[in-house]
Amino acid sequence: MIDIKNVNKKFGKLHVLKDISVQIKKSNSVALLGPNASGKTTFIKCLLGMLIPDSGTIEINNQSIKGDYKYRNIIGYMPQIGRYPQNMTIQQVFDMILEIRKTALSSADTELMEAFGLKALFSKRMGTLSGGTTQKVSACLAFLFSPEIIILDEPTAGLDPLSSEILKEKIKHERSKGKIILITSHILSELDELVSEIMYLREGNLVFHSGIEELQHRTGEKSVSKVITSILKTL
Amino acid sequence: MNKIVKYVTIDILKSKVVLTYLLFLFLTCFGIFNLDNNTTKGILSLLNIILFIVPLVSLIYSTIYIFNSGEFIELLVAQPISRKKLITSIYAAVSLSLVTAFIVGAGIPVLIYSPDKIGLLFIITGALLTLIFTSLAFFGSVITRDKAKGIGMAIFIWLFFSILYDGILLLIMFQFSDYPIEKLIIVLSSFNPVDISRILILIHTDYSALMGYSGALFKEFLGSQKGSVVIFAILIVWIIVPTIAAIRKFIRKDF
Repeated sequence: MIDIKNVNKKFGKLHVLKDISVQIKKSNSVALLGPNASGKTTFIKCLLGMLIPDSGTIEINNQSIKGDYKYRNIIGYMPQIGRYPQNMTIQQVFDMILEIRKTALSSADTELMEAFGLKALFSKRMGTLSGGTTQKVSACLAFLFSPEIIILDEPTAGLDPLSSEILKEKIKHERSKGKIILITSHILSELDELVSEIMYLREGNLVFHSGIEELQHRTGEKSVSKVITSILKTL
Repeated sequence: MNKIVKYVTIDILKSKVVLTYLLFLFLTCFGIFNLDNNTTKGILSLLNIILFIVPLVSLIYSTIYIFNSGEFIELLVAQPISRKKLITSIYAAVSLSLVTAFIVGAGIPVLIYSPDKIGLLFIITGALLTLIFTSLAFFGSVITRDKAKGIGMAIFIWLFFSILYDGILLLIMFQFSDYPIEKLIIVLSSFNPVDISRILILIHTDYSALMGYSGALFKEFLGSQKGSVVIFAILIVWIIVPTIAAIRKFIRKDF
């Protein structure tokens, strides 16, 4: 469970997160939506400990994450843009992260890796890979350790339709196992079958956070994109 | 050795920049030793080149490497590893590869032509200078977010220690030439790792006799065993202080 209370983050004069309080319970898949510069990535980075909030507390499974790094053992993260050292091979990247996580490849979740056919490319240098293949490496790294919490920042950007379908299937599969999934995306239509809750941020404020069924009921619409547009009209 | 150190070192050693640096050092050393039969003279000519090149390459390469690995470091920050361990691993990898390039590129020819105390001193000083300027580069790149600013700062640090500092010292010497300022100059020189390295090598050659009174004083102060220990201690402080400052900044840094 993720429990966020009154988190504030400022970059100089810019107030990026304004008093955000959210609770995300187990088995929930949350879409983190909002226009550009609304604080989505900042929110994710606070969860990951990449940014230290100015005030407020973040608890994961009732443990404060402040000053800790071990809690990240249960988090898998796929960044928006993955860039890796040019001369490192895919295998070396996996090897390095596996060592940090103290896991062997044999006991890791390699489902996605096999579905993407990455094993055949293991000896390729990261610098020679296309943008899409680099995204696939990032995606595999996020799912490799069967984490309890999976954070995906624009996961399907740059992936071909077939690969993004594979990734979506994997997300659905993990969700059915009772994991917390947090996705940011600008492509609302692809979120339809993936998410159970929607969090909407605007200019650092949490506009709403509710279950998708409730929102569908309130607006009378079915698809995520229509739900969001009709709510935004009433605001 | 953990795998971050291992693979980042391999990654850097495979890059053409470090290979070019290694080849440049190698060819320069052989070239200079072949120009003259007198190896001490060779070492001194080499010293002037090394004292310019080593800080410059260490500063610029480390800075560019850190900025180019920005997203990769971000990804590692999101992994269950302490930030302290992460930054020290990357520092170890970058400095290990640059020191290796220096020892292979300059160390081998120097040991072939001058297999004595001065040759050894030369290699150790070069390696220490590499470590010093790598840690200064780390500090510079941890405190700035902008790549252009970071590289600008690296160039300024190089310019300051290689040229500006000596200029200021010369100015002081000319302005206060009527006063006994030799001791002050020794103290001021020891604040600059490039100057102190130059002095360390010079006073161990016979050429210090050519520097007149100051040379004699330098030799008396710093030429002794105690003096060498002090110089090495200063060089090591120059490694440790920026490294610790960089680690402390990195732990609190926003990504």
